[in-house]
Amino acid sequence: MNDVMTEETVEAKIETSTPEKYKLHAKNVDVFYGDFQAIKNISMNVKPNSITAFIGPSGCGKSTFIRLFNRMNDYVDDFKMDGKIKIDDTNIYGKKTQVEELRKEVGMVFQKPNPFPKSIFENVAYGLQIQGIKDKKILTQRVEKALKQADLWNEVKDNLNKSALALSGGQQQRLCIARTLAVEPSILLMDEPTSALDPISTAKIEELIHHLKEHYTIIIVTHNMQQASRISDYTAFFYMGELIEFDKTRKIFTNPEKKQTENYITGRFG
Amino acid sequence: MNNIRKNKIKDQAFKALGMLFTFFGISILVILIYNIVRVGFTRINWDFLTGLPSRKPEEAGIYTAIIGTLDLMLLTVIFAIPIGVGAGIYLEEYSKKSKLSSLLEINISNLAGVPSIIYGLLGLGIFVRYFNFGGSILSGSLTLSLLILPIIIVATREAIKAVPPSLKEASFALGASKWQTIRNVVLPSSFGGIITGIILSLSRAIGETAPLIVVGAMAYVPFVPHSLFDTFSVLPIQIFNWTTRPQQGFAVAASAAIIILLLITFIMNGIAVYFRNRWQKKLQ
Repeated sequence: MNDVMTEETVEAKIETSTPEKYKLHAKNVDVFYGDFQAIKNISMNVKPNSITAFIGPSGCGKSTFIRLFNRMNDYVDDFKMDGKIKIDDTNIYGKKTQVEELRKEVGMVFQKPNPFPKSIFENVAYGLQIQGIKDKKILTQRVEKALKQADLWNEVKDNLNKSALALSGGQQQRLCIARTLAVEPSILLMDEPTSALDPISTAKIEELIHHLKEHYTIIIVTHNMQQASRISDYTAFFYMGELIEFDKTRKIFTNPEKKQTENYITGRFG
Repeated sequence: MNNIRKNKIKDQAFKALGMLFTFFGISILVILIYNIVRVGFTRINWDFLTGLPSRKPEEAGIYTAIIGTLDLMLLTVIFAIPIGVGAGIYLEEYSKKSKLSSLLEINISNLAGVPSIIYGLLGLGIFVRYFNFGGSILSGSLTLSLLILPIIIVATREAIKAVPPSLKEASFALGASKWQTIRNVVLPSSFGGIITGIILSLSRAIGETAPLIVVGAMAYVPFVPHSLFDTFSVLPIQIFNWTTRPQQGFAVAASAAIIILLLITFIMNGIAVYFRNRWQKKLQ
């Protein structure tokens, strides 16, 4: 399904000899859906424990690109990828890659809160249970820890057996974050995690993301310029499948190199 | 102004027409049931339910037919559910979209519309003759299984299709394999729909007469089946047989048997509705 390059070993050597360590590394990535090219030759390096924001108008490829890192595009018909994506120096599109293992390492939070129609506890325990963890004590511990990390524990600790669907939208989204954290990934992909939420819930989640940076490498897709400038260290601007500019957030928002970036940020198009 | 009034009149007219058609459909059903109940209701008693078939209309009972029907349904369920649900899951979740799969898809839907007597002939050829199961309850239930398989497959697929893709994505994103996702997310969410499809398909199977006659079900069976290879009778065949007799008493008995058959069907549909509502509630 995916065309994968083969000079893996050569690449790895070059990579380890560079002084700077990257958590994520994409090189010359092209993505096609049938005849349509959604990503055009994008290369990008992401440092550990940083927050990177992907911005750009709808259909610019940012969602497609973020979904490459946990291989969620694999389910799309006619999906084809060229180039290389590495996490911790491991090619994740290699023949030996276990997609399930990869996704334990790379968690994802989606645009619309999508809790399972199960209890709050079951939602958070899901990722652990599918790994075969049955010990009730361990599960309880990890669920509590994840809910605390997601800043939801105090609101739900007395109702862990209540249906997750009874929670508010903002709570549901934090539950989805807790569910992802419970698996203990090192990378967190967030695809417009606050676009369906009200400002107060959004503020809560932004604060949460800020705290999570300590332990996770975070990539967040957002349509909200203020959000990108508030929470991210780096910002990548995508347009028509191309990576137009990728730099420190402060630089992008105060003194962008490219005219297109400036136009988008100032709201002149998109 | 004029236009709005015109539209309002059209709206009212369509509403009235719709009501008329609805009442038409319902009134036919009501008349039918009323007639049957009027003729047959007094005939229903314990002796009728536990009696064996007889030449004398006032002594005839439907015990063997009821047990035959229930046994036949049970066997049909055992054969048809795993195959039908399994095929539905495979087609919806595993098979790649290709020319072959869309060809399969169309043909399965077509199979659901094949006249049941054709299935009877198929059963006669394969189960009765080739496998030499004879006119047994095994042949009958296998034939009915074939008959309802397409319905179950289509219902399963529809139910699985209705599961929000976002839930599947969530499961995959947490590191679940395909089977884990199906087992823990897809099936629980589509359970209500699948059960509804199964029970509705059984409601169809329970009324089938033609394929069972072809396969060799008997109208007169003085004992209940004890093994898979015993001959059997079912309610629709009993009813069919009685309605062909000249004695008025058998017409009464047939009406009574129809009431019982309807009752079983309604109960099964009731269970389907119950499950569907329960699962819809749980999903919200």
